[in-house]
Amino acid sequence: MTTTITYTVGDSITMLRRNLLHIVRYPGLTMFVIGAPVVFLMLFVFVFGGTLGAGLPGVNPEGGRTAYLPYVMPGILAMTIAGTAGGTATTVAMDMTEGITARFRTMAISRAAVLAGHVLGNTVQAVLGVVVVLAVGIAVGFRPNAGLLQWISVGLMVVLIAFAISWLAVAMGMASKSVETASNLPMLLLLLPFLGSGFVPTDTMPSGLRWFAEYQPFTPFVETLRGLLTGEPLGANLPLALGWCAGITLAGYVWAMAIYEKKSVR
Amino acid sequence: MKTPAIEARGLHKSYGDKRVLDGVDLTVDAGTVTALLGSNGAGKTTTVHILSTLVRPEGGSATVAGCDVVADPGGVRAAIGLTGQFSAVDNLLTGEENLMLMARLRHLGSRSKRRVAELLEQFDLVESGRKPLSTYSGGMRRRLDLAMSLVAPPRVIFLDEPTTGLDPRSRRTMWDIVRSLVSDGTTVLLTTQYLDEADELADRVAVLDGGRIVADGTPDELKRRIPGGHIRLCFADVAALDEAARAFGDAVLDDDGLALSIPTDGSVRTLQAVLDRLGSAGVEVEDLSIHTPDLDDVFMALTGRTDSKDAS
Repeated sequence: MTTTITYTVGDSITMLRRNLLHIVRYPGLTMFVIGAPVVFLMLFVFVFGGTLGAGLPGVNPEGGRTAYLPYVMPGILAMTIAGTAGGTATTVAMDMTEGITARFRTMAISRAAVLAGHVLGNTVQAVLGVVVVLAVGIAVGFRPNAGLLQWISVGLMVVLIAFAISWLAVAMGMASKSVETASNLPMLLLLLPFLGSGFVPTDTMPSGLRWFAEYQPFTPFVETLRGLLTGEPLGANLPLALGWCAGITLAGYVWAMAIYEKKSVR
Repeated sequence: MKTPAIEARGLHKSYGDKRVLDGVDLTVDAGTVTALLGSNGAGKTTTVHILSTLVRPEGGSATVAGCDVVADPGGVRAAIGLTGQFSAVDNLLTGEENLMLMARLRHLGSRSKRRVAELLEQFDLVESGRKPLSTYSGGMRRRLDLAMSLVAPPRVIFLDEPTTGLDPRSRRTMWDIVRSLVSDGTTVLLTTQYLDEADELADRVAVLDGGRIVADGTPDELKRRIPGGHIRLCFADVAALDEAARAFGDAVLDDDGLALSIPTDGSVRTLQAVLDRLGSAGVEVEDLSIHTPDLDDVFMALTGRTDSKDAS
């Protein structure tokens, strides 16, 4: 049993190396995945920021943009993580059509390891994206109010969210019929930060939408990151966010593994 | 009596309405090469996929290296290597990285580097080892593919159409590699559409048609069962043709013009007999050619039966 676990971990790391090599060799997709949220950050701060910030509760309309940057930052970070899902799903769908995946299936390696390689690769990519986006945010004037403990918590939270979203993305990639449609389903994930508290407070939304916004996973994700970065109280958001992470990870894992078992080469 | 390396009994598999395998029985003794011969769609790849645990059979049972493919796929996977028709390589990595990936997955640990270097040498890939696969030729790709299956030498190796699409030189190289595998004691099951390939490499040949094994034996046994070998004689005019036809009772008149086909087992003695008889009959022959059985003949002989059964 112990050797099985050692092999699973070892094989997963081998697969992670493979996926990281892919990223290094073909950095185009990664550049896009990291570049897009930077563009959105600029757009939301410098184009919409003045107006949107002025509408935040308790903000002097004069300082709209200055107030909006710290507000939108966690939303953009959540979007960065959600945005990596499309790339992962496409990569996974492509990989499933490759002969090498059939070879993996005929080898005595843990089946979870093949998928775990994609998940870990994407998690690394998402964390990298978050670091870049955060750095750009700080460069344009974001001043987080977090101590060492909060920073560590932000780091852990980002890793957990990225890990959960990656499992879901891998499952979505496995579930898609073709490489062309693989990035469609994860597009919905990209919408979630918008339909939550990522960009504007949820109490300005109509009641049906507000209900959805308050109960979907990205709201506690964004609120937890926001609380940790700005030093505001977290309330129930931290346990909620952790619960969602665990739930999404489990669901993504079970879904992805079920399809991996079922799908055989044509 | 040793346990066979591969033993399949009554394998069935359908995809939708199409029955791909309809009771395949196959026995491969350890340390031998068996060729699975058949046309496209005969079920060769499906058979290999079932035996290599990629596909689950709907009926029947199979063991590979003593492990059941359904009950103990892990045991099978630990003992086999598969080189498929579609190259099972990672196109985004270099040749060396592909081999390293396999070495790590086979848990070779610190021996990985040395083993990879050995294989690059053995498969003539040293120069291209650090280059991306997009620069590889078809033959190089196939060699790398096979090398990847051999990182940890398997007891049983499946080669699914190992030479399809290769140029003659690469084909020869591949044959040499297969022979050296066998001399090391590996059991090989290869699928092919080419009779000459089966002839060159295999100890036994199993002919697969319509999801069943329709013939099984050594290449020589099989060829003897194929009536396709003949001597073709061409004549200058109808008179000579008629005269020759009278001399050979079992000759068949060719449809296209002044020619006769005489069945033969391909031996020199038969040829001598034909020439003697032509000489004593005093017939002038314009042209003589010897036709040995080829895959077309195999299928006419062995699979024609299934066609006529379907028709009746």
